[in-house]
Amino acid sequence: MVLLNHLINGISLGSIYAIIALGYTMVYGIAKMLNFAHGDVIMVGGYMCFCATVYLGWPPLAGIALAVVVCTVLGVVIERLAYKPLRMAPALAVLITAIGVSYFLQNAALLLWGSSTKSFTSVVTGAPIPLFGGQLTVAPVTLVTVAACVVIMVALMLFTSKTKAGTAMRAVSEDKGAAELMGINVNTTISLTFAIGSGLAAIAGVLLCSAYPTLMPTTGSMPGIKAFTAAVFGGIGSIPGAFVGGILLGVIEILAGGYISTQLQNAIVFAVLILVLLVKPDGLLGKRMSEKV
Amino acid sequence: MQKFKQYARTKAGRDTLISFGIVIVGFVVMQVLLAMGMVSSLLEGLLIPICAYIIMAVSLNLTVGILGELSLGHAGFMSVGAFAGIVASTCLSGTVGFAPLRLAIAIVIGAVCAAIAGVIIGVPVLRLKGDYLAIVTLAFGEIIKNIMNVLYVGLDGAGLHFGLLEQGFELDEEGKMIINGAMGVSGVERLSTFVSGFVLVLITLFLILNLINSRAGRAIMAVRDNKIAADSIGISITSYKLLAFVISAAFAGMAGVLYALNYTTVTANRFDFNTSILVLVFVVLGGLGNIWGSVIAATLLTVLPEVLREVGDFRMLIYAILLIAMMLFNNSPLKQRLLEKRGSKQMEKVSEKEGA
Repeated sequence: MVLLNHLINGISLGSIYAIIALGYTMVYGIAKMLNFAHGDVIMVGGYMCFCATVYLGWPPLAGIALAVVVCTVLGVVIERLAYKPLRMAPALAVLITAIGVSYFLQNAALLLWGSSTKSFTSVVTGAPIPLFGGQLTVAPVTLVTVAACVVIMVALMLFTSKTKAGTAMRAVSEDKGAAELMGINVNTTISLTFAIGSGLAAIAGVLLCSAYPTLMPTTGSMPGIKAFTAAVFGGIGSIPGAFVGGILLGVIEILAGGYISTQLQNAIVFAVLILVLLVKPDGLLGKRMSEKV
Repeated sequence: MQKFKQYARTKAGRDTLISFGIVIVGFVVMQVLLAMGMVSSLLEGLLIPICAYIIMAVSLNLTVGILGELSLGHAGFMSVGAFAGIVASTCLSGTVGFAPLRLAIAIVIGAVCAAIAGVIIGVPVLRLKGDYLAIVTLAFGEIIKNIMNVLYVGLDGAGLHFGLLEQGFELDEEGKMIINGAMGVSGVERLSTFVSGFVLVLITLFLILNLINSRAGRAIMAVRDNKIAADSIGISITSYKLLAFVISAAFAGMAGVLYALNYTTVTANRFDFNTSILVLVFVVLGGLGNIWGSVIAATLLTVLPEVLREVGDFRMLIYAILLIAMMLFNNSPLKQRLLEKRGSKQMEKVSEKEGA
């Protein structure tokens, strides 16, 4: 029973990681950059929902909608202002700029909302659902999180494989120059990717704060790093990979915390990551690229 | 003299002279200002951290700039060095009375421990490439931080005692805890001085610049520029990669000892992901592979947040904006044009001279 409980918690946490990792992996696939500011977009999403529901008294759904809209716009603006001028620059320059954006968002949040922790009211209400005659309970937010994660993953897979915009996205991620020659607007496609990634981050932010109801300017950074790890774990650039990586990472984290040590929880997660990468250097579902001379 | 002029004309010679010049001038100016009492206590407190960060930046530049592999866990080696150095200096406090000697021994032990950690981490990590390598260094940095947080070390008449996760050992009456888990270390004797920091920076520059301009350094750069070509002319990729990585780790360990022995309390969380990133920012802003660039960037960016303290809450926001602006400017067409202008002027001068 304890094991089952841990598994449920793990899948719940893993679903949140998976949603963040999906955004990470989309942006990485197309822009070939590690967007360190992604974690902080999650935080902004959480604060937006918090403001809408607590300060303005809006219903939770409207709060989520506001968070998604604000984060989508924020993602596109960040890409236009900070990343677009660096498209030809070395990868490290873009990485440092992303770190700058991350600092900026964290400190802007610090100025706007202060450093004190805000307690977030879950957007999903309702009594915990008893299982096995009450031996086990599942919080409704867990069900919503897992469902949201699966829906998002399937939607993204369909989007990238069936729609015109999705095909354009894959083309740009493969070869920007060739895609441009085929009449694809590369700038619009990249903006669209950032919009989708940031929108997903907003949803993840709301779900994260619903499951772990504290909110502060650094809320997003650790989940951001973990989700990045999850994306690499599953094979960065691959949508099912991000999903599998996220879920596995969440389950490992909760199991390690439950059975070994909560203090070493993160160390164990990262140790597993290292082991996986040593055996499969391109992640679980990553594509093996052969080196060209 | 003739020889010196020739040396100064080569790129390697110029870089070496500039690096040492900056550090020595900086040290002399600070010493004069200190003697005149014109240094605020805030800046005075920053002197040793600046030295430590310079060493960190120079050593990370060896990995990122010269070897060309992105490392996001450099603070982990700093952490290993720091705690090893603290344990060493505490153990020796009874036997070695002369403080600078004790500091030197602690620094050597810190460097050795960090180098060992570098070997343990480097062997598996360097098999990976690009972003995968980066994420694994990040992972190792976090693992080191976590382990340091649950490490207990105590010293008594019977020697050193170690415990993981819980204290797990009893000390006799004169015994003393050195590392106390997540509480870290407290009551450390502050051995680091500005002069020792300066000397350590000079040693670091001397060794690393010599390494870069040696046969090994050229081999490392060949591995960076084209692995396959380097392999085909008989350069052992793995061993040179490991060499650069381990040396880089050892210097980070030294910086850790210098940094940690400047404070009375040290916790493992001081050396987290953000510290690694901070040092990476120094390296990238100073220019990849440019050693004196790292020295200047580390100094300026350590002082900048303190100078910005006057604007209060906005200081980190301004720091972030400056960081983004500098990166954008560095890669903007504007800078390219400015450089071209300067270049063409120099070309004109040269052609005039040739014409005359």
